[in-house]
Amino acid sequence: MENRLRILRAERAWSQQDLAERLEVSRQSVNAIETGKYDPSLPLAFRIAELFDRPIEEIFVSPSRRSSKAI
Amino acid sequence: MMRTPAWKRYNMRVVWLSLLYATFLIAAVYGFKHQLVPTGMKYLVAILPALPIIGIFGAMGRYLVEEQDEYVRMLMVRQMLWASGFALSVATIWGFLENFDLVGHADGYYIVIAWYFGLGIGGLFNKLTLGDGGC
Repeated sequence: MENRLRILRAERAWSQQDLAERLEVSRQSVNAIETGKYDPSLPLAFRIAELFDRPIEEIFVSPSRRSSKAI
Repeated sequence: MMRTPAWKRYNMRVVWLSLLYATFLIAAVYGFKHQLVPTGMKYLVAILPALPIIGIFGAMGRYLVEEQDEYVRMLMVRQMLWASGFALSVATIWGFLENFDLVGHADGYYIVIAWYFGLGIGGLFNKLTLGDGGC
C-alpha cells in the first residue's frame, strides 16, 4: 500500500531502526511497510498514526481512492 | 529470521527438544539392539524418539502465537506454507513412484526432512519476493 511513512520519518530525522524501536517492531517490518511490500494490520496502522499524530488516511493512501483518481 | 524475543525462545526450546530426541533415539536403538525392551513396552519405546519431534512442531506453533512482530510472523507463515506444499508434493510423487516399483520404500518420517527442506525453499521465496529471507 502506498504511504507517506518515509517522508514523515525523514521529517523527524528518524532512521528505520528508530521508528522500529518506537513501534516495537523489527527494522525489516518498517522497511517492508515503507516500500509497500507489506500492508500493516489495523492495530499497527493505528499505532503508526498515533505515533505521528496524524489520521491513518494521511499516512496510508487508500487503494480504492488511488484507483478512482486514476480513472 | 530476525532475532525477535519469540524467535530466541523458540530456538532454546528446539535445542532442548533436540537433545531429548538424541537421548531417546540412542536409548531406543540400544534397547532394541540388546533386546532389553519388554514386549509390552515395545510400542512405547519405539515412538519415544518421535515425541520430541512432535514437541518441535508444537514449539513452531507456539512461536507463531508468541511472535509480536506481525511482518516477521507473516514471513514464517509463508515459509511454513511452502514447506507443507513441498512435503505433501514429495510424499504424493514418492507414493506413486513406489506404487509402480520405480523407487524403494521410504520411511514415513522422511516427510519431516522434506518439510524442513521446504522451509528453506520458503525462505528463498521470501528473499526473492520481499527481500527478507526468514530462517
